[in-house]
Amino acid sequence: MTSPDLLLKAYCTMLLARRLEEKITAIYRAGGIAGGVYVGRGQEALSAALGHSLRRGVDIFAPLIRDQAGRLAFGEDPAEGPRTYLGRATGPMRGRDGNVHRGRPSEGMPAMISHLGTMTSVVCGMLLARRMQGRETGVGATSLGDGATSTGAFHEGLNLAAVEKLPLVMVVANNQYAYSTPTSRQFVCADLVDKAVGYGIQGHTCPGNDLSECLNTIGKAVADARGGGGPQLIVAPFLRLSGHGEHDDAFYVDPALREGPLGRDCVDIAREQVLASGAADEETLATMAGEIADIVATATATAQKDPLPDPYAETWQALKTSCPA
Amino acid sequence: MSEINYIDAIRKALHDAMADDPGVFLYGQDIGAFGGAFKATKGLYETFPGRVLDCPISEDAMSGLALGAAIEGMRPVIEMQFADFSTVGLNQIINNCATHFYRTGIPAPVVFRLPSGGTPGSGPFHSQSMEALYAHYPGLIVFTPATVADAYSMLREAIAIDDPVIFCEHKLLYRWLKEDSIRGDGLPWHRARVARVGKHATVVTHAAMVHEALRAADQLSEDGWEIEVVDLRCAKPLDRTTILGSLARTGRLLALGEAFPFGGVTAEVVSIAATEGFELLDAPPQRLNSRDTPIPYQPDLWRAHRPTAESIQAALRRLLAF
Repeated sequence: MTSPDLLLKAYCTMLLARRLEEKITAIYRAGGIAGGVYVGRGQEALSAALGHSLRRGVDIFAPLIRDQAGRLAFGEDPAEGPRTYLGRATGPMRGRDGNVHRGRPSEGMPAMISHLGTMTSVVCGMLLARRMQGRETGVGATSLGDGATSTGAFHEGLNLAAVEKLPLVMVVANNQYAYSTPTSRQFVCADLVDKAVGYGIQGHTCPGNDLSECLNTIGKAVADARGGGGPQLIVAPFLRLSGHGEHDDAFYVDPALREGPLGRDCVDIAREQVLASGAADEETLATMAGEIADIVATATATAQKDPLPDPYAETWQALKTSCPA
Repeated sequence: MSEINYIDAIRKALHDAMADDPGVFLYGQDIGAFGGAFKATKGLYETFPGRVLDCPISEDAMSGLALGAAIEGMRPVIEMQFADFSTVGLNQIINNCATHFYRTGIPAPVVFRLPSGGTPGSGPFHSQSMEALYAHYPGLIVFTPATVADAYSMLREAIAIDDPVIFCEHKLLYRWLKEDSIRGDGLPWHRARVARVGKHATVVTHAAMVHEALRAADQLSEDGWEIEVVDLRCAKPLDRTTILGSLARTGRLLALGEAFPFGGVTAEVVSIAATEGFELLDAPPQRLNSRDTPIPYQPDLWRAHRPTAESIQAALRRLLAF
């Protein structure tokens, strides 16, 4: 069973992610962000559970599009997201890449590219390198969606992890839609977790909107990977509670899904679980919500005040190596 | 001193790099106990236990793995069994590896070895020259060594460089090209080499075509023509100084390559000549490439598809007559 303290900590992370992304969305709607905004609304429980199951400094976390909560849980500064969305020179990508394409690879958090499934083999390489160097590998976790399971990179990466017997934890957020495409146009297998059998690895499932279940299942999978059990595939169904991006009103989502168990908001479920566990009462949660609002305000205000990159000072060097003409 | 061939030089470079740096490891298909499809890694599996790894037929995952290993401080050398198959890993190479330093500030010292170019009977999918494709993308360095000494020294340099290097090694040269020593002239990797000095026209080329150009130059010398041959060595970045310096001497350019004709290295060389060396030219710069079809299997068709000493000679005669 999940400890009440961990439940509370993870719930706090979820709420911070939700509020932070609401603020980022507000800035976007006010015209303050170029490109798009992609939020993890509905995925916070799964993402926070993954982030809190990992140890920064030991493990690797390759987040994907809807992992604001997992990033925070893994120790990402709340200002990193706003800085990257706002293209600030102080962000990890220094305006050279934006929004969810951010990370600090030398600190165990590689920066995703848009091409789905690609980060799996990157994590494999990080783990293999550590093993070859005789270091503690830690666990390498990567996150992707139901759509990404259709890519060649998913197959190649997961199979490679199995062949190399790497401590890879792959979390599939089956949020029912890849942009607008329902799972019926993505795959026909009865359950995505059945793919684990095909790769010769362990598979796990949990309801993706149930924080307690996510913490239990992911905690076990991470422990199994850490203990030498090889790659772990976790499949967690739930419903994305946003569009693909904030430009998308998600009109295509089946109303029956919204009203069914998959459509329940993970933040509501987690709140009930925290209260039931006795880790916090209503008053404590109200205080916590106020603290979260302060963190969000500070993070976004900091990012907004930070300097932009200077196109006239940009060196335009794609290589570390300097090459004489 | 016994003779050493191009593939021996590659094997020795891999050996010496692994001996010097414990961070260097090899990853590819059939490269372990089997020693590789071309035996480039023969014996290394035994010499360096745990550092020469056979991998599944997954060029995408191999290339992504290389980036991850580089992030953690290793210097992976990926063997694509044939350059042609690297297209399966193209996404990881051009979008993940090549963008990594610019995006994150963390360098990606990865080498992709691409057994490149045509040989008789290899057909459309075991013959391609991919240098132009990779050279197009920012963040990649592209080597095309044409000599035994360069095969050694440039592979050592490729492994030492802190950026992703596409190492296009030419299969036709593997066993055919032999030299007495791997000792080179110490030219830095980003410098082209004047492989033959001349004064009437310049052929700028790379990889196996250097040798075809030298043959054509030999043939034309019988008629008194002195053809300069520039071996680019590095397809990206291009050595503009040496190209333009040669044009200043000869005034005539034939850009020669084995790759497909649209775009590519020869187009880039002509572009440099036209935009930066226009006043040096006595004739319109010319290009000679392969034909614009897939690479044919049947040996006579193949020889007619690629430039040869004969077709180079003909192109040069037209250029000299202008």
